Amino acid sequence: MTLQPRRAGPPPAPHPRSRTRTGALPEPLLGLLGLVLLAGVLEVLPRTGVVSADYLPPFSEIADALVGVAGEESFWQALLDTAEGWGYGLAIAVGVGTGLGLLIGSVEVLRRATASTIEFLRPIPSVALVPLAVLVYGTGLESTLLLVVYAAVWPVLLQMLAGVRDVDPVARDTAASYRFTRWARLRHVTWPTALPYLMTGVRLSASVALILAISSQLIIGSPGIGKEIALAQSSNAVEEMYALVIVTGALGVCVNVAARALERRVLAWHTSVRTEAVT
Amino acid sequence: MTSTDVKSAVRADSGLLDVRGVQKTYYGSGRTVEAVRDLTFSVGTGELACIVGPSGAGKTTLLKCIAGLLPPTGGEVRLGGARVQGPPPGMAVVFQEYGRSLFPWMTVADNIALPLKQKRTPKPRRAALVAEALESVGLRDVPHAYPWQLSGGMQQRVAIARAIAYEPDVLLMDEPFAAVDAQTRAELEDLTRSLWRNLGMTVLFVTHDIDEAVYLGQRVLVLSGSPTVVMEDVAVDLPAEREQLSTRALPRFAELRAHVYEQVQRAKTFHTAPAAGASA
Repeated sequence: MTLQPRRAGPPPAPHPRSRTRTGALPEPLLGLLGLVLLAGVLEVLPRTGVVSADYLPPFSEIADALVGVAGEESFWQALLDTAEGWGYGLAIAVGVGTGLGLLIGSVEVLRRATASTIEFLRPIPSVALVPLAVLVYGTGLESTLLLVVYAAVWPVLLQMLAGVRDVDPVARDTAASYRFTRWARLRHVTWPTALPYLMTGVRLSASVALILAISSQLIIGSPGIGKEIALAQSSNAVEEMYALVIVTGALGVCVNVAARALERRVLAWHTSVRTEAVT
Repeated sequence: MTSTDVKSAVRADSGLLDVRGVQKTYYGSGRTVEAVRDLTFSVGTGELACIVGPSGAGKTTLLKCIAGLLPPTGGEVRLGGARVQGPPPGMAVVFQEYGRSLFPWMTVADNIALPLKQKRTPKPRRAALVAEALESVGLRDVPHAYPWQLSGGMQQRVAIARAIAYEPDVLLMDEPFAAVDAQTRAELEDLTRSLWRNLGMTVLFVTHDIDEAVYLGQRVLVLSGSPTVVMEDVAVDLPAEREQLSTRALPRFAELRAHVYEQVQRAKTFHTAPAAGASA
């Protein structure tokens, strides 16, 4: 009877866990098979001369270089620097995005006043801010942080804005009829509603932050894996360069796995995660 | 938990809950809908009144106005003499959509305890109220479960437990059993009657189900189709002890049911056709 333009039902599942199995092989084994296949192709292409071994060394040589790189102190320092730039940057972005999202999302006037500004600022590629970062902060960690935070704040902020708006009207009425205080509504209704959105935002931001951390090291030369890649390239250490590229890929996988694990833990009650619903 | 003292005269002149000339118009973009035209009735302390009307009769709108969730466009709602301008203390609402009214991120016990926390009920008292409420709706064993782990009927029991733990003077129920199966529905109806009799609170029960209204209520208010007015106020003179089979088999039940049914049929065309065109 009341004119509610909202859709019913729970928020969209960020990532319903698929239980489909292709053929007889279990999912992880299939994934591993794909990796082995890729390694095989990378081995065969240069060896058969399809690609010059100068530009793409056989996989076995890259693997050798990887072992060599892993033995060096400087590699671990670079890895630590990268993790630092990524981690601090992501933490700041999540903090700022969440806070702003909650504030802007719950004040209608603010939301409408900032919508156009956000739409303008968001598409600016973080890399376009490289000159600014160098100008202001030089080539240190701060430059990396500026770029990482700028890029990673948007997914969190936008997800948060969507989440805050998704509070179920019945839940809101329930909270109102039991005379919840403003704080209690935020804490017990708005926040849990927005949490699945926030988790999706964090997962997206985590990947973006890693990309930006490595890009900035590559371009600006702030310490980290990106800088090591640039060094390897300029000293013509092709195998090492590929080895480091593989490390960045592995980092990305780790970040994603960690983000999903966090999501499952925090959202145990949510439809996308829970397993024992009766209906 | 005695109740006899509060269950005094049915239909007191100035009731605990007074609805006076309530009118509600929704102003949409380019479209105004008069949902409720002029509603006046009162419900006395300790009464159990049912409101029936054809679907789209503005029942939910009315209930939201009473609950202080929607400001009426005209008229006023008074609870215990004080004008309702927001959700008043001492009132609890049970919604039809239990799945959305209970918070899925909290256990059953936390769901029930949270409104008590808002009322600043001290912790030991809170725990006692939660346990008591769960006991009285027959769900002693599930305080640590999450609502979505329970069946629909059990979830609505949790919502009812949350409402009675709140110790309201007035309990509003908005088509609470419309989404559960017939068997569960009968159980929940009996539960509602027994809770009302034991706790002595005032209950206003909105439903579109005529049988349910007659079976549950001491009186049944029949609403017209939108824009809504009260068409008739039917006193239900059935014995206070009600039982699904025997009560529904009473000739008087059938008479009342038929009477209310006619009224509801008439309600559908109340505004379009003049009074002469009422059902035969």
